[in-house]
Amino acid sequence: MARVVVNAPKSAKRGEVIEIRTLAGHAMETGFRRTQTGELIPRDIITQLVCTYNGVEVFRAELHPAMAANPLLTFTTVATESGTLEFKWTGDNGYAATQSASITVT
Amino acid sequence: MTFFALLFAVLIALCSTLLTAGEIPLAERRSGYELMSRETRAMQDDEATGPAAFSLLDGEALWNRKDGPAGVACSSCHASPRSESGASPRSESGASMKGVAARYPMVKKAGVRKIPINLEQQINVCRTERQKTPPFAYESRELLALTAYVARQSRGMPIAIKRDEAAAPFIAAGREAFNRRQGQLNLSCAQCHDDNWGKRLAGSVIPQAHPTGYPIYRLEWQAVGSLQRRLRNCLAGIRAETPPYGAPELVELELFLMYRANGMALETPAVRP
Repeated sequence: MARVVVNAPKSAKRGEVIEIRTLAGHAMETGFRRTQTGELIPRDIITQLVCTYNGVEVFRAELHPAMAANPLLTFTTVATESGTLEFKWTGDNGYAATQSASITVT
Repeated sequence: MTFFALLFAVLIALCSTLLTAGEIPLAERRSGYELMSRETRAMQDDEATGPAAFSLLDGEALWNRKDGPAGVACSSCHASPRSESGASPRSESGASMKGVAARYPMVKKAGVRKIPINLEQQINVCRTERQKTPPFAYESRELLALTAYVARQSRGMPIAIKRDEAAAPFIAAGREAFNRRQGQLNLSCAQCHDDNWGKRLAGSVIPQAHPTGYPIYRLEWQAVGSLQRRLRNCLAGIRAETPPYGAPELVELELFLMYRANGMALETPAVRP
């Protein structure tokens, strides 16, 4: 079950810098840990988050092992026009999650 | 006769003042929130993307999930918080869970006896009696999520434990446990949390032990956990015996702690270091 949360302002003034907070529920297994019997636990992490604003990419993050579980990524962008922010997480083992948030710019 | 009655009354009054001597006056009560660092407070204030966010989301999903052979969800009997304002056909049957968490642990009938049960146990009573399904295990993701979701609806409301005839002996038992020295370190809860709050135990500030935000997300655990988990932690810390989850003595202590925090606002789900 892909669980993601996005917290972005619903409205903003044109040209304003808005803060976007994203949270993805994921164990972020590093691939370096071993079980009690010594077997390696395979890596299972989110590798990428892409945010597009009305189709234009405004933020991209590549994630690597040693990121905390449930990664919280906060970034800013400039509110240019009304529309939607689309978020897409991808990761190991076919992990994929999407979320969108609409914003009204005045 | 009247003389003895008077003497008795004076003795009772004296005893109660002695008992409450070490306790923290209302004006000096501090939630653990006030003793936390600015960063940890910011985590708690950010509810939408805070560390307990997924627990609340899971709780909401479980609340509305039909379960058991009867095929009923929590929301089948209790109206969901969203339908609170709307004309819900079920609004008579207790509506939302607002304010409920502020009254737990509550003394309820269990068979022939009346015993205090906490919110987790009440959820499991509903599961076994209404949904006819096996109860959730203590500290399971599901039980914590449901408890957090229910208790969240009382956020900001004052804790209101009634000290009525049924509850009084259990509160007294909890108070006795709170003030009793135990464990290899021979410490009572009160010695830290009544007498030395605000000072430091190693690097951590000693809080007043008001259970205002349970279930909490505790940074040390990297997870959501219940008040009983916290109590067992403390007991292990003073090297005392740790009663199993759901043990009557833990519930009594919970009841006393909530009673002790009467009037303080609930913060569920709180974040603690």
